[in-house]
Amino acid sequence: MTKRKLGRGVAIVGAGMSKFGAFPGKSSRDLFVDAFQEMLASVDKGFDARDIEALFIGNFSSDLFEGQGHTAPIMADWVGLTPRPATRVEDACASGGVALRQGMLAIASGLYDIVLVGGIEKMTDLPIERVTDTLATAADALYEVPAGFTFPGLYASMATAYMSRYGANTDVFLKVGYKNHENGSLNDKAQFGQRIADIMEMRKKSAAKKGLPIPEWADEMAFLKDDRANPIIAWPMRLYDCSPVSDGAAAVILVSEELASRFTDRPLYVIGSGQASDGATHSRPTMTSLPSAKQAASIAYEMAGVRPADIQVVEVHDCFTVAEIIATEDLGFFEPGQGWRAVEEGQTARGGPRPINTSGGLKSKGHPVGASGVGQVLEIWKQLRGEAGARQLPGAPHLGLTHNVGGTGQTCTVHIFERR
Amino acid sequence: MSDMEFTHTTHYQALGERKLAASRCKTCGRLYFPARPICPECHGNNMEAVELSGRGKLAAFSVIYIAPTAMIQAGYDRKNPYCAAVVNLEEGPSICAQLVGVDVAHPEAIKIGTPVTATFLTRGEGEAAKTFLGFQV
Ligand SMILES: [Zn+2]
Repeated sequence: MTKRKLGRGVAIVGAGMSKFGAFPGKSSRDLFVDAFQEMLASVDKGFDARDIEALFIGNFSSDLFEGQGHTAPIMADWVGLTPRPATRVEDACASGGVALRQGMLAIASGLYDIVLVGGIEKMTDLPIERVTDTLATAADALYEVPAGFTFPGLYASMATAYMSRYGANTDVFLKVGYKNHENGSLNDKAQFGQRIADIMEMRKKSAAKKGLPIPEWADEMAFLKDDRANPIIAWPMRLYDCSPVSDGAAAVILVSEELASRFTDRPLYVIGSGQASDGATHSRPTMTSLPSAKQAASIAYEMAGVRPADIQVVEVHDCFTVAEIIATEDLGFFEPGQGWRAVEEGQTARGGPRPINTSGGLKSKGHPVGASGVGQVLEIWKQLRGEAGARQLPGAPHLGLTHNVGGTGQTCTVHIFERR
Repeated sequence: MSDMEFTHTTHYQALGERKLAASRCKTCGRLYFPARPICPECHGNNMEAVELSGRGKLAAFSVIYIAPTAMIQAGYDRKNPYCAAVVNLEEGPSICAQLVGVDVAHPEAIKIGTPVTATFLTRGEGEAAKTFLGFQV
């Protein structure tokens, strides 16, 4: 493949997100308005929303979740941006990452100078069975779903293949969830911003209040291995291995490189972008890696001219704990089969040599699917600008990466960001 | 171009006749299951129908406790979980299918690589009854 470059440079000059969580009474447009307002306020030198020329909105399934299709013009309307072109982008859980890429391409093409990229999803109005069914529409309805597969089930299958091939045990998945809750406890936007120890205390208090026997666990791992506290969803994936059902929105402002200094002295440049597609889960040569992630990563690294070891801040698509481990291998941070050992050794913890998902990841922060790919960019924005508060990584990091997956890897986007 | 049709309809019709209908590219020899009309490898469209043996090995699996609506209607739930699997067929292709005859209460005892054979599962009643591919140990 010949080396590809953007037609011109693209920078992020503002970023905002709603809180992620369950918000009865708030629709996706309300959450988008929250994200939009925070995004406007984040632009260092001020920003006039009327300068926005086009919108790209990542959204998986407002149709089934909210009974509302055609969401992009609604978002444009509610932030006062009609008649500008507003385009919905759908690639399942990668919708946000793909919307970012479409916004980037629109600027790189020279057609626009200032573009708004958003991501939205409102999932919690439906009962859990219908949420499961709706998410399953991102799988192959003819050849994956009739086998009885759900999304947790498909990723759990990758987990059994991974355990069998590399000798990992089920405990390591629980440790990924534990780590992401530790990180999420320092993120005020997180849906489940509690450490596992905090959740254990809450359970005990709740039992005492109801006059029930007070549960006892020796430690966090005992809690996470308890079938009652942490029920199996799709073995070996338990509740705390699965990202939650969430509502949320996120938004970023992209501008052409030459305009960036008008808005901030600390922009993030999008220096690498890769995207790839793939067939059904069973059709691939491996069940322990996502070929689309490797492909997207290799394109992004080459465009950026950096290696995996250069990257300092990483947000990966941990829709399930096993997905985080596989992602760290697909992105080249660890050799195939070594990702689980890295978790055991604490390498991926916030204080470790290769911190992963300092935001809490989808697991703790929440996974409003169409918003997640844009939400990941928020963490890179904060970490690279030194604004991540208690979870700030030391050493003034200047290179970050996001990895956003749709389905079980039928879509993957990888983006690399630099603060110069 | 082949005058055979290779669609999901022909796939499920074949399953109704207890057959696994694959397609083979006459240009490059690649085999596809489910059958498909265009060869992704060489982009040829000259495909012939091939029936598979139904023998394979377990490549990946999960025991599913939170079921989708279709499986709840088939009688599964948290108290009655089921195994969904990816099976690598001896002719080469792999496929998703329900795996029966395994002890779902002890998933750690289910071993990747275990030989399995095709079985045919009917879900739904009367007019709505449809045959799905399954495997058994
Ligand atoms: Zn061929």
